[in-house]
Amino acid sequence: MNDLLSIDDLGAAGIGDLLDLSDSFVEVTQRDIPKIPALRGKTVVTLFYEDSTRTRLSFETAAKRLTADTMSFTAASSAVGKGESLLDTVRTIEAMGVDAMVVRHRCAGAPHRIASWIDAAVVNAGDGRHEHPTQALLDLLTLRRRLGSDSFRGLRVGIVGDVRHSRVARSGVKAFAAVGADVTVVGPPTLLPESLEGWPARAATDLDDVLPELDVVYLLRIQRERLGSALLPSLREYTSRYGLTAARAARLKPDTVVMHPGPMNRGVEIAAEVADGPASIITEQVANGVAVRMAVLWSLLGSGGPVA
Amino acid sequence: MTAPIAGGGDLPGDDDNRGTNPAAPSGGHLFSLRAKVFDADDLRRAHTRIAHEIVERNHGAADVVLIGLYTRGVAVAHRLAEAIERFEGVAVPVGAIDVAFYRDDIGLRRIQPLGPTEVPVDVAGRVVVLVDDVLFTGRTARAALEAITELGRPRAVQLAVLVDRGHRELPIRADYVGKNLPTKVAEDVRVRLQGVDDGDDGIEIWGPES
Repeated sequence: MNDLLSIDDLGAAGIGDLLDLSDSFVEVTQRDIPKIPALRGKTVVTLFYEDSTRTRLSFETAAKRLTADTMSFTAASSAVGKGESLLDTVRTIEAMGVDAMVVRHRCAGAPHRIASWIDAAVVNAGDGRHEHPTQALLDLLTLRRRLGSDSFRGLRVGIVGDVRHSRVARSGVKAFAAVGADVTVVGPPTLLPESLEGWPARAATDLDDVLPELDVVYLLRIQRERLGSALLPSLREYTSRYGLTAARAARLKPDTVVMHPGPMNRGVEIAAEVADGPASIITEQVANGVAVRMAVLWSLLGSGGPVA
Repeated sequence: MTAPIAGGGDLPGDDDNRGTNPAAPSGGHLFSLRAKVFDADDLRRAHTRIAHEIVERNHGAADVVLIGLYTRGVAVAHRLAEAIERFEGVAVPVGAIDVAFYRDDIGLRRIQPLGPTEVPVDVAGRVVVLVDDVLFTGRTARAALEAITELGRPRAVQLAVLVDRGHRELPIRADYVGKNLPTKVAEDVRVRLQGVDDGDDGIEIWGPES
């Protein structure tokens, strides 16, 4: 593996190996001195054309805990405003001597294009509506650690919300399906994909119908910029039909797990008491994000070969 | 970014990172059995003696923690702890460390982490006995010393190995040795332990077919 651009790059075996590797790094992140010299002398640059403080910080923390040097580039404070093209920006950064580029871009496929231009490893940190593979990996890791089992086979996962516009949902569906889970995407018809062709999932428009069967409820963030359009007329209406309210949470099976990629709109897609309740593993998701990204960077830069 | 992938234990310092199939061809050469050095009884006696030496040297086992290096070092550490408990009546804590992230040949060859580091007690102020199956170049032991330092400051660190096969590349020696075994660099010392490997316990020397 030279780059991590899509969950498709990994397959079920590759996902399993990365999760096993991540367990080693979870232990590292829990130490008093959570730092190891594994990537001494390597340089990791985060190249973010779209704002995302948490993902950028998570990657930078991961790189620093591996003793790599980090640089960060954000479009807002760069020569992009002066008209520099993506190709020129990327080549300029590569010329400074970087080993990995972590890319977030509003256009689907931008990381793939960059990977074709440069020798450094490229990690997709979210491209348009397309993919966000490290998010899907950290979700699987968090779930696996909660369940205490390596097997996701037959697990019923519901991904709820604006599935159509969500790269988290796209990577998540692929990853959950690859490891054998049974995935249902749930949302209003306007926010589900126009066609499920290529999605290894079923669709449902009534959350209350599927809720009692689910082992995992994965809530997507409602993007307020869609509000008021024909796609999403009102937040109150959305919450009443698709929000995980306390009343809905009470109908879940006793060991059902609640997940959310953050940042949360409390009171919209998830009630505050559910987000902070015992079924929620949302905080663990954030913590495990660093370990998963350490595993990805190590696989690309340190292991001397592909995982597995 | 990619290094040639080693097929087996053909690189100096590779003794903890080799495949588990003892008959696997190594580095493109076919390896064949040269000598059986220890059988199961010899190995059991070596464990017992090393366990006694650890207790004797440290005037008991109260402050001792045994930390095995993945994979076979962990199995050896557990056997030593069982022996100490048998004759001394003290349950010595046993840990496991993975030195993959501390190696000095990262990027030069393929390195696979072997398992999460788990040390059940605070090492600060204790006597840490690092345990591995084979001592060769000393580079694994050096990486282990660095890994241990990150966990705390032990009062002392000692090294116990089943086999010292020579060819050191660093100023490192073992405190407890099961068997000093002169070897050629190209040869491969294979320790077989039940619970890790198939078949009976034993130590063998394998070499490339000429």
